[in-house]
Amino acid sequence: KRNQCYFKRSLNVVCTSRFWFNYRHVANTLSVYRSVKRLGIPDSHIVLMLADDMACNHRNPKPATVFSHKNMELNVYGDDVEVDYRGYEVTVENFLRVLTGRLPPSTPRSKRLLSDDRSNILIYLTGHGGNGFLKFQDSEEISNVELADAFEQMWTKRRYNELLFIIDTCQGASMYERFYSPNIMALASSQVGEDSLSHQPDLAIGVHLMDRYTFYLLEFLEDIHPSSTTNMKDLFKVCPKSQCVSTPGHRTDLFLRDPGSVLITDFFGSVRKVEITTDTINLTAPMVHLEDTRPVRELRTEIQTYMDQLPVAEIIHQKPKQKDWHPPDGFILGLWTLILLVFFKTYGIKHLKHIF
Amino acid sequence: MVWAERHRGRLAALAIAAVVIAVGVPLWWKTTETYRAWLPVAQINELAQLQLQLSVEVEVVFSKGTLTAEHQKKIPPSNTRQEEHVVDETTRLRYRYETRYRTATIMEEDALNQSTAAEADISLHMLSESPSGSVVIYVVPESSTVLPEGVSVYVGQRRTALLRAGGQMRVAVALKEVLASLETWIKQVLQVMSFSHGDITAALSDRVRPGDRSREGLADSMRAFKSSPGYEITFSLLNPDPTSHLLHWDVEAAISSYIQPLLSKMAPVANFSIDSQILYYAVLGVNPRYDPTLNAYTLNADSLSHVINPVEARLGSSAASSNPVLNFLLYVPDSRHSPLHITDHRRHTVPSNAFSSPRWGGIMVYNVNASGTELPVDVHIDMRRVMGVFLPQLRLMLGVQSAAPPPGFLIGPCGNAGLADWELDRLMWTRSVENVATATTTITSLAQLLDQIGNIVINDNIAEQVSSAVASLQLAVGQLEVGNLGLAMQYSKEAILQSERAFFDPSLLHLLYFPDDQKFAIYIPLFLPMCVPILLSLLKMASEVRQRPGQGQAKKD
Repeated sequence: KRNQCYFKRSLNVVCTSRFWFNYRHVANTLSVYRSVKRLGIPDSHIVLMLADDMACNHRNPKPATVFSHKNMELNVYGDDVEVDYRGYEVTVENFLRVLTGRLPPSTPRSKRLLSDDRSNILIYLTGHGGNGFLKFQDSEEISNVELADAFEQMWTKRRYNELLFIIDTCQGASMYERFYSPNIMALASSQVGEDSLSHQPDLAIGVHLMDRYTFYLLEFLEDIHPSSTTNMKDLFKVCPKSQCVSTPGHRTDLFLRDPGSVLITDFFGSVRKVEITTDTINLTAPMVHLEDTRPVRELRTEIQTYMDQLPVAEIIHQKPKQKDWHPPDGFILGLWTLILLVFFKTYGIKHLKHIF
Repeated sequence: MVWAERHRGRLAALAIAAVVIAVGVPLWWKTTETYRAWLPVAQINELAQLQLQLSVEVEVVFSKGTLTAEHQKKIPPSNTRQEEHVVDETTRLRYRYETRYRTATIMEEDALNQSTAAEADISLHMLSESPSGSVVIYVVPESSTVLPEGVSVYVGQRRTALLRAGGQMRVAVALKEVLASLETWIKQVLQVMSFSHGDITAALSDRVRPGDRSREGLADSMRAFKSSPGYEITFSLLNPDPTSHLLHWDVEAAISSYIQPLLSKMAPVANFSIDSQILYYAVLGVNPRYDPTLNAYTLNADSLSHVINPVEARLGSSAASSNPVLNFLLYVPDSRHSPLHITDHRRHTVPSNAFSSPRWGGIMVYNVNASGTELPVDVHIDMRRVMGVFLPQLRLMLGVQSAAPPPGFLIGPCGNAGLADWELDRLMWTRSVENVATATTTITSLAQLLDQIGNIVINDNIAEQVSSAVASLQLAVGQLEVGNLGLAMQYSKEAILQSERAFFDPSLLHLLYFPDDQKFAIYIPLFLPMCVPILLSLLKMASEVRQRPGQGQAKKD
């Protein structure tokens, strides 16, 4: 049994919905983000995509906060959130580019999923979905076939060791139906034909704060600490039909290990391996001090002045500009021509003498 | 008259149908085709079956007293030994050791008569230079004093080893037995100085999914970074207490004196970019415990793993490149928690006061005596001590393994650059094999992917990059076969760069998938209104033609 401690963890958490009334999707994403950070995964390994800004939305009565429990118990926004893709940058194309790694060379490190064959990846998607698709930004959608193809590309390029896919949308189980790459485990909040429901509204904020599945998932994760031994079978039991109203589903046939032997911390948390350094080298050569090879800057002799910050002269003493004459616009001409034609067609050319 | 008009109408319908089928359909097919440039698929499929041959040139030099006179006359000038290994159904390895035998020259005899092995080594280097990838073994008689007691092999700074002729050499009468007993020792020397089968299979891990390996094997392979064309190294000084300590570190001089020689020597393997920074008010994030027996604060090995994450967020890195980053942190504890010692699992203090994390970097705790009435105290950090700890950590991270040598071996000091030539050779062998393995998997999976998903556009530049990657790969495999390690490394690096660039080209994302119902929804409003009249008229004509023989007959009657 390979020791999973040596595998790097990477995460991709995506919220795909815009607009204030989809507050709960952003809260979902941020709660998962917060839990994994608490369990030890650093920001450099997390790609967080939020399609809209709820914390600084004009309608947020408590700015710079996103709450996940009513009565504003838990602020999941915190003060060290690092959002990598925000607003209109969250598109299907960018999402697929992040997964497959086909980003333009100028993309900074924080916007890339720097994973290799020794990474366990967790992907969490939330938003509005349907049978076989997930809606992005209210204007485009990603289909389950595209997602499956993207995972296959990741597999052939050895971009992951094991992948955990969690989706919290309506009819979420349809999104993992088409996966065919090995070592993927998938969880969804509802089956095909069912809707995922939201949890509770907060009357002060005026919207629903969380979805049910993620709410109970968050409760489950709050009990996990970096050295706990809870395994995936417990994760499958999160949010039964009595609490969630929808039936959560999971898919483990592509996964090579037995789900009972997969720890939650294999994906959600990481403890870095450290080794004590026992070898030292006794350096005997003396240090060579570098000469300061920078050239001595010559003194500038030209007088430097500020640019005119406010060109007052141009504003106050403005002469009326000579406007060049333009022939009348085509639209006006066309309109008059149309009116004339209609007139003469109706009444005949003999009325022309009444005009001139 | 009516018949002539109907005839004209029929001809018109037929002509339109003909134009639609002959001109329209091919035009539509051509314009909706995805542009796919030609890829050298045959050569790529050839590369999928990887047969690697690694050739090592070995030179065995017999000094005076190791061979009898008649043996000396009968030595074969050369001998070739081959080992074949089958890794899996697509990967095969062949190791070819070409051994040449000769006797030592007078100058070499003088060099071997020095008092210590290290001096002998240095004098031997001045005589000749061996090419990259080769190994020279000098056999010294058993009575020779150049090797210390109990040591059978001394591995030098460059590519030479001194081997003490064993007792079997005296006893054996036939030359064949002498050479056979020597073979076992030579095999061991080559495993230390060139490569062992375990190293090569570990390097092939990209091609071959490793089975369940031992814990140590896994730890070794996880410690060093994967082969990459470039690395970024950052040295950071963490000062959590600037009011008490005013730290001075001459990091530029230290890097240029101690680190840069190593990195310049490793230039064939990868490019390195170094930077340094000082962070103020950066705390470790773990509270050390006070230990009264040591009269100091201690950080136990178990809590060390929680140190890195809070610090990493503040380190920053050069955002522009996606090369792996190695971080080396020097932490000077604040005056309230001074001195700070790191203890291992058995509660003993660690002399180096440093630890490292695989594939991330190393951290060293530097204690200062802040005894002085005036705060802040000026502290000049002893960079030699610091670099003496960072340098071995750097060597570990980069894959220059100092695995425990077999019994009877003595490894000489590594010289000014911090890296012996044979260590560099060893690294180059494993890295070039790793590069070749990774590049072949990238290219073959790209070809497979493009074949599978028929809707992806393949631009000309991608086809060019794939072709040049294939060419570089073939050259690299060829150079490995011949034993030109330097060229093989260079070609393998080029192959990796080009294959990665081809695979991760941003343009390969287009046209991933069109569901069938959407395809119908687009084409039906365009084609149906045009096709329906044509089809109906053709059907009408066909039914008329069928009726006409009946009519003709009726008319006749």
